[in-house]
Amino acid sequence: MTARGRMLDYALLGLALYAGWWALATMVGTDALTPPNRTLERAGELLSTASFWRHTRATGTAFAWACLLSLAGGLLIGLAVGLSRLATEVGEPLIGTLYTIPKITLYPVVLLAFGLGLSAKIAFGVLHGIFPVILLTIGAIRNTKQVYLKSARVMKLTRTQTALHVLAPAIVPEIVTGLRIGFSSALLGTLVAELFASEEGLGFILIRAMEANRVTDVMALAFLLFAFAAGVGGVLLAVERRFHHG
Amino acid sequence: MSSSAIAPARADASASERDIHVQFRDVNHVYPARAGHEAVHALGPIDLALQRGEFLSIIGPSGCGKTTLLEVLAGLVTPTSGAVEIDGRAVQGAVPDGVGVVFQEDASFPWLTVADNIAFSLKRAGMEKAEIATRVDYAIGLMGLTRFRKAYPSQLSGGMRQRVCIARTLVTRPKLILLDEPFGALDQQTRLIMGEELLKLWRETGATVMLITHSLDEAALLADHVAVMSARPGHFIEVIATGWPRDRDSRLASTPEFGALTSRLWALLRDESIKAMGPT
Repeated sequence: MTARGRMLDYALLGLALYAGWWALATMVGTDALTPPNRTLERAGELLSTASFWRHTRATGTAFAWACLLSLAGGLLIGLAVGLSRLATEVGEPLIGTLYTIPKITLYPVVLLAFGLGLSAKIAFGVLHGIFPVILLTIGAIRNTKQVYLKSARVMKLTRTQTALHVLAPAIVPEIVTGLRIGFSSALLGTLVAELFASEEGLGFILIRAMEANRVTDVMALAFLLFAFAAGVGGVLLAVERRFHHG
Repeated sequence: MSSSAIAPARADASASERDIHVQFRDVNHVYPARAGHEAVHALGPIDLALQRGEFLSIIGPSGCGKTTLLEVLAGLVTPTSGAVEIDGRAVQGAVPDGVGVVFQEDASFPWLTVADNIAFSLKRAGMEKAEIATRVDYAIGLMGLTRFRKAYPSQLSGGMRQRVCIARTLVTRPKLILLDEPFGALDQQTRLIMGEELLKLWRETGATVMLITHSLDEAALLADHVAVMSARPGHFIEVIATGWPRDRDSRLASTPEFGALTSRLWALLRDESIKAMGPT
C-alpha cells in the first residue's frame, strides 16, 4: 500500500470515529458522553494548565521506568531462556501462564510490597510489560529457521559470528514486535496502578474526575491518553514494518 | 547403461587407481529413542565411493535417509557407526573444507540483499574485498542474478532464491557440492532450467556433485551415476551408470535411452516406495 493510500485510510478511520462518537453522544445525552468538539476543547484547556503537566510528568516518570525495565529485563530473560532448549521447554509454559493471570488481582500484593507511590506504579507496569517481551523473544529464537543455523555451520562460522550475523538479524523483527507490545502493556499497567492507588499521575486525575462525575474531564483525559498511545504505537508499528522482510 | 562398479567400494580392487574423492565405509545411523519416539534406524549400511568430478544423483522413497546421508557427509550429523572420508581424511563432527551444501529449504537470509547474501561467508572468513567482489560478480553472472543484485530475497521467486543459495555456495569454490532436493519446491519448467544451470556449473567448476532428488527425471537426466536407495533403513539397491556425455542438457529427455533409464529406475523404486508408505 502506498503511503498516500494509508494516510487516506487513517483520515477515513478518524472521520468514522468522530461521526460515531457524535452519534453516540447525541443518543445517550451529552451529560453521559461529552461530544467530540467539547472534549477536544477541554483537552486543549487541560494542556495549558500546570497541574496537568505535573501529573503527566509523574505518569511519564513511572511509565519510562516501567517501559525500560520491561524491555531490558524482558529481552535479557527472553534471551537467557530462549537460548537454552531445556529452559525454553520448562520456562515457556510457566511464563505463558503467568502472562495470562489477570494482574489486577495481584495489585494489593504489589502495594503491600512496594507501598503507595512511584515504585508500586513501576512494579505494576513491569508486571504487565515484561511478559510479552519475554515470550516474543523466546518465540523469536525458537522460530528461527533451522536451515539458517545449518548454513552457518556449513559456512564454518564461529559461535560468535553465528550469534551476531545470523541469529541476531533473524530474531530482530519479532523482538521489535515484542517491544511494541511490551510498551503498550507497560503503559496499561502504569495507568491502572494510578487509577487504583496513587496520589498523582494521569490515572489519578482521571479517577478523581470520574468520582466527581466530571464527564468532560474524563473524556478529555481519555482522549489525550488515547492519542498518546495510538501515536507512539503507530510510530513503533512503522518501525516494525521496516524490520520485517515480507 | 550398466550397473556401476562404484558400489560397494570395498569390493572394487581398482579403487585406489581411480581418483576417489568421497568414500563411505559401512555407515549406519540410528536416531536414538526420545520421549514418545522409538529409536529409528534411518540409514545403512552405506558403502559408496565417489570419483572426483563425478555427478551422482540419489533417489529413494520418502523417509529413506537421503537427507541423513547428505548430512553425514557434510559433517552435520555424526553417524552411529562406520566411516566417511573426503580425500582420505575422516569427516568427524565438523564440516570438512571444500564442501558446499545447498539445502531444500530456502536458506537465503531475508535481511541481506542478493549480493550481500552471496558475499556473506567470504566476508565472515575475512577475505579481501577485491577478491570477494570478483567472486560475487562471477557467481551472480553465472546464476543469472545480475538484475537482482540489490534485491532482497522477499522480492524474488522461489527459483531465484534457490539460485542465490547456489551462488552463495559457489563463491566458496567448493570441491564437493551437496544438494538436498534443491529444486523440490519449484515448478517443473523451472526445475528443468535449474537442472541445466547446475550442469553448466558442474562443468565449469569441475566439482564433484551429489544431488538428492525426488524426481526420477532429474536424477536420470543430470547425473553420471544414479544411486537408488531402499526404504528405511536406506541403503543402495543399485547404482546405475547413465553413460551421458559431459555436455548433456535437457534435450536428452526425448531420447529412447532416457526413457529406458527412467523406466528402470522406477521399476527399482516402485516396490520400495510402496514399502515406505505401508504400515511400519
